[in-house]
Amino acid sequence: MNLPISLTINGVRRDIALDDPRVTLLDLLRERLDLTGTKKGCDRGQCGACTILVDGRRINSCLALAVSHDGAEITTIEGVAYGEEPHPVQAAFIAHDGFQCGFCTPGQIMSGIGLIQEGQAGDDPERVRECMSGNLCRCGAYAGITEAMLEAQANMTAANRRRSA
Amino acid sequence: MMNFDYVRPANVADAIAAASEQGSTYLASGTNLLDLMKGGISRPSRLVDVTRLPGLDRVEHLSDGALRIGALVRNADLAHDAEFARVYPAVAEALLSGASAQLRNAATVGGNLMQRTRCAYFYDVASACNRRWPGAGCDALKGENRLHAVLGWSEGCIATHPSDFCVPLVALDAVVEIEGRSGRRELPLEVLHRLPGDTPDRETALEPGDLIVALRLPAAAKDFAAHARYIKVRERTSYAFAVASAAAALRIENGTIGEARLALGGVAAKPWRACEAEQVLAGKSPDASLYREAARAALADARPSGNNAFKIELAQRIVVRALTLAAAGTPARISALPGSPFSSVAGA
Repeated sequence: MNLPISLTINGVRRDIALDDPRVTLLDLLRERLDLTGTKKGCDRGQCGACTILVDGRRINSCLALAVSHDGAEITTIEGVAYGEEPHPVQAAFIAHDGFQCGFCTPGQIMSGIGLIQEGQAGDDPERVRECMSGNLCRCGAYAGITEAMLEAQANMTAANRRRSA
Repeated sequence: MMNFDYVRPANVADAIAAASEQGSTYLASGTNLLDLMKGGISRPSRLVDVTRLPGLDRVEHLSDGALRIGALVRNADLAHDAEFARVYPAVAEALLSGASAQLRNAATVGGNLMQRTRCAYFYDVASACNRRWPGAGCDALKGENRLHAVLGWSEGCIATHPSDFCVPLVALDAVVEIEGRSGRRELPLEVLHRLPGDTPDRETALEPGDLIVALRLPAAAKDFAAHARYIKVRERTSYAFAVASAAAALRIENGTIGEARLALGGVAAKPWRACEAEQVLAGKSPDASLYREAARAALADARPSGNNAFKIELAQRIVVRALTLAAAGTPARISALPGSPFSSVAGA
């Protein structure tokens, strides 16, 4: 079965000839496009390690068939920094020790970027924890993750205000 | 995962034709179906991708006061629609109490209704399960069954339907619009999901090829906006199925309950409407002893299906809490922990 699809991944258009409809976005990224920043944890939508943005929304890439997302715009952890300068969420995770082993971190950061765009948590740590509950961290870095998210949200809001002033 | 053919029809008629063939099934976002396929539990030979079907992703206000929600509207978009959350607060709270933000961003309204009734033995292909393999038996009956059904179960199956969304919907008399081989028809959500009986593998009233195209909330569902909550007890604070849950919606006039709606989740193979409890509440003054009487009525037919007698008491307490919070008034904003009884509460 030949299934041609086209995706825009981190701003670059990619034409892909899928030979199998079973390929998930996660496996496409990792196994076929060498974008291994997105992690495979449970592969069943329970851990959030595979979180990416599809058309600006955070989803579990392990539960998304690539063929069904023909034409989508995809952002992965490889696409969020501004050159050598980290994304504000990445910087805040470093500043607040939002990780230990690092395996869940790309998913946490993509989920955090998605959450800030959704605008549902604001400066409320309880809402941050609730809205990040789809990302598990076996090292238990949740306290640092919450602090990082609050700082990133504040920094990005201030930067937007400066830009629009 | 077993291999399959993939088709993406351009319109509803082509989708129905493709999905009517043996072994075919519809694919929306796939958050439940792909998980089941990875586990070898669902083994369709063809997926009919409905995600691009035109016109199914809209929310429309109908002239009779009803709200029509297209089957492809995403759970997160519906829950975060401020006007929707204001008019149907228990539905929005239920949506936000379910799954994770990532799953809610992907999952569709129609897909939520069509997620499987399931338990750990259904997922474990080495276990006997009548729902997965008719006639195989049910290992849950003598297994780890503290989270299983206490209402409407049979010896054939004791699994529960995990949807939060469906619980307030069934309380609000939601209607499902279906396109099928013999045209368009509609069903009350109440009868979409079947109790297991002797055929737990037959989960819904749908026929081969039937496609849910929309969900409709009738005009009367708006009457409960001021007093409606969804309360859900989980084994962890977030991102877990309900051990038991309740949607309570009240129309309170001059200090009296004019009309009550009540449904329970996590207790049966379908979202469980508690009509007897609604009758207990109607016409009375809201108070704690009345809520306890209603809770007893809601669980009057309950019996343990295993090591889960505690759920009968727990469900009654959740009903009391949901009614108490609903009577206190819908909060201006959904709490930081949607559905959680541990959120800071007014009036509880």
